[in-house]
Amino acid sequence: MSENKKEKKGFSRRKFLVRAAIGTGVMLGATYCSAPFIRRKIAGVVNTAESPYMGPTDDPTIWFEVTADNTLIFHSPKVEMGQGTFTGLAQIAAEELEVGIEQIKVVHASTATGNIDQFATGGSTSIASLWVPLREIAATMRVMLLNAAAGQMGVAVSSLSALNGIISGEGKSITYGEVVAKAEEWEVPDTPALKASTAYKFVGKPIPRVDLEDKVMGAPIFGMDATMPGMLYGAVVRPSSVGATFLGADTSEAEGMPGVVKIVLEEDFVGVIANSYVEAENAKKKIKANWSTEKVWQSEDIEAMIRVGQGKPAVIQKEGNAKQLLADGEEGVIISEYYSPIGAHAQLEPNGAVAYVEADKATVIMSTQVINITRGEIAKRMGFKEEQVVIQPTFLGGGFGRRLHTPNAMQAAVMSRAVGKPVKSFFNRKEEFQNDTFRPPTHNVMKGKLTADGKIEAIEHNVSSGDVFFGSPLVPRLLQTVVGTDVGAWRGGMIQYHGIPNYRAVSWRVKLPFATSWWRSLGLLANTFAIESFMDELAEKAGKDPVLFRLDHLTETKADLRLAKVIQRAAEEAGYHNEARDGRAMGFAASTDANTPCAHVAEVSIEDGDIKVHKVTCVMDPGMVINPDQVRAQCEGSIIMGMSAILHERMTVKDGSLYPVIYGAYKMALMRDAPKEINVVLLENDDKPGAVGEPPLGPIGAAIANAVYRLTGERRRRVPL
Amino acid sequence: MTTTFTLNGKQVSVDADGNSPLLWVIRDTLDLKGTKFGCGKAACGACTIHVDGKAVRSCSYAVKFAAGKEVTTIEGLSTEENMHPVQQAWMEEIVPQCGYCQPGFMMATAAMLKEIPNPTDEDIDNNIVNVCRCATYYRMRKAIHRAAELQNATTK
Repeated sequence: MSENKKEKKGFSRRKFLVRAAIGTGVMLGATYCSAPFIRRKIAGVVNTAESPYMGPTDDPTIWFEVTADNTLIFHSPKVEMGQGTFTGLAQIAAEELEVGIEQIKVVHASTATGNIDQFATGGSTSIASLWVPLREIAATMRVMLLNAAAGQMGVAVSSLSALNGIISGEGKSITYGEVVAKAEEWEVPDTPALKASTAYKFVGKPIPRVDLEDKVMGAPIFGMDATMPGMLYGAVVRPSSVGATFLGADTSEAEGMPGVVKIVLEEDFVGVIANSYVEAENAKKKIKANWSTEKVWQSEDIEAMIRVGQGKPAVIQKEGNAKQLLADGEEGVIISEYYSPIGAHAQLEPNGAVAYVEADKATVIMSTQVINITRGEIAKRMGFKEEQVVIQPTFLGGGFGRRLHTPNAMQAAVMSRAVGKPVKSFFNRKEEFQNDTFRPPTHNVMKGKLTADGKIEAIEHNVSSGDVFFGSPLVPRLLQTVVGTDVGAWRGGMIQYHGIPNYRAVSWRVKLPFATSWWRSLGLLANTFAIESFMDELAEKAGKDPVLFRLDHLTETKADLRLAKVIQRAAEEAGYHNEARDGRAMGFAASTDANTPCAHVAEVSIEDGDIKVHKVTCVMDPGMVINPDQVRAQCEGSIIMGMSAILHERMTVKDGSLYPVIYGAYKMALMRDAPKEINVVLLENDDKPGAVGEPPLGPIGAAIANAVYRLTGERRRRVPL
Repeated sequence: MTTTFTLNGKQVSVDADGNSPLLWVIRDTLDLKGTKFGCGKAACGACTIHVDGKAVRSCSYAVKFAAGKEVTTIEGLSTEENMHPVQQAWMEEIVPQCGYCQPGFMMATAAMLKEIPNPTDEDIDNNIVNVCRCATYYRMRKAIHRAAELQNATTK
């Protein structure tokens, strides 16, 4: 990390040369960090809301290859799931490397050959966490190339300069590719000074996505597209019941089905391997698996569990005397309750993997957000050392938190070992919907009290939620005990108006009978919906304009000032007004997530009884913007995905199973529902890039609900609205 | 059984159960991975291809029905010389995020533009009903209008 930059780094005998194919590459297990290190880092995340990059940074040769034609292959430790990280990282690297953006090719680092983030890709941290380390690595590499070139050219390094991947001086020039081809070993120098922001050529520019052409031409870049020679198809039987435990299976009928190669019956799952996907799926239907379930769950059971006051409470925020001021029996306490349902990830690419297990190693190609955890799970099951397992990540057909738990990779490995051939296995859509790691339902209770002059005297937010952070393989059990509360569930749950003299937030933990986990923005969607709906309710009771009311409760701290600026700008940009005009009304909401403040104004009407969102104005301050086009794309996508969750989506539990099990029945926003106008304004009130991919999901729900109230007088507090 | 059809301008013959979905024949037998599996029930549109110029959801289209027909996938939408206007427009508007559903959307759009060369927003709403979880709909709408412009400019 950057604190070590004054240390002399010594020699690297690796070369910036094109590496061997996966499975035969150099194992770098020794460079990985220990588990206690990860725990401390996660604790740091919890305390500071900053997520450091968790991987090796000392040797640029792990990060880059240089080809003879002077292309630099950047092995990204973060996966590309649509968020634009590959492009932003290429811009950052090109800046310090002094190469053209088109000279950089970004690939996913594999565990065999590169730098893997120990933690995950998620939480809107990829660009922010690599902003300093990647520039330092790239600048170091540039100096390594300059030093080597000076020796090769027989000139003083001080006479050389680098531009577009070419080193020139004293009338001579040499390409990076030529330098690399001649170099035998490298001295890794002290980290040089980084470029001044005024000299940036790529950072801050709307460079087209580096993966754009592949994605437009339909290139085979996803985990689902991976193949290996001699590959067979595996299908695992998955339960349709909530809380089902596998007991065993009668596979006799499946054995004789066309194309079946082998049935794999393990203690914890049963699968069938066949010559084609269709044959595997057909044979799977003939397997009679036995499951035990403790209870036939219904939606009413889940709703009864998710209630503030039940489960285990933890006070996550406390200032002043809110508890007493808002206690039962106190006068003038305003109370509103909000609900959000179970949400499905519904990412288009199903979870899957291609695995090939040989005598002493396993190779897995797949879409995963947790490369290191996936590797650990496979190593454990195979009885291998982690170094014997190679994970080659691919582009993800959507992440959103769905690929933070990947036991399916282990199952593919078990099936591969059983037949001695590569096996590809993936979920069908019904299995995706019923075996998701869902966004947990929530119950949010807001309490508030106004002063005589219409300011908030006290406010309290209570949220009851299923687990988000807890239960995740990302978070070691020990840390869960140390932290004590589910920081994922209460993301976005703190009161952000620090000018209120008394405020308090409490998180109530409920263990649900089905898996719940991270869903893009974690608790932010539901918590901001509650808090920002309630802010409008209080503003109305106080007889105040909702924008001015929000500003009235902010302080002069840096965080509050940044939030105030996005609030003011959003109101200006949208021409925000309180009264409905021509059958439309505007709604306002704002939130700060992971240090990125964002405000939305939604303009809605009601058509045939349905809420129609016509226009959304979004003002966001992610600190510093690396690629304005991709930041806008994240805002546009977050707004529509958030709208989809707030207006349409809901999983229900009926007679022990989760429904619906197919798109369409699981209602989502489609083209016809998307706003015709989205105006994104980006402010840059910090000196480093911050979170982008999730913060703009926060305010959309309340912005819509507040607009509906202004149009109809009806306050909708239950999602989907 | 053997089924013969034209795939992206070339005749192919495949030996497969006639009831197998065309999607898997294209992806696994013929090894063209641009056509995606999303749901297997014709509900998401990720597997949209053209059969005799019409948009078809290939996960629910038996290979036997393709016999003797012209099948086009995303890999065959552009020619060697010219990028298809829909793909050009997608590049210009920088539409894809994760990108997984995009081939299906582009194929659905290309088929719509044959029938409706100048689609209104309402035409787009009614005809483009695929699912994109990254919710790139806002840029897709712009790209569809742009593709219509590009297509009309080349055909005039």
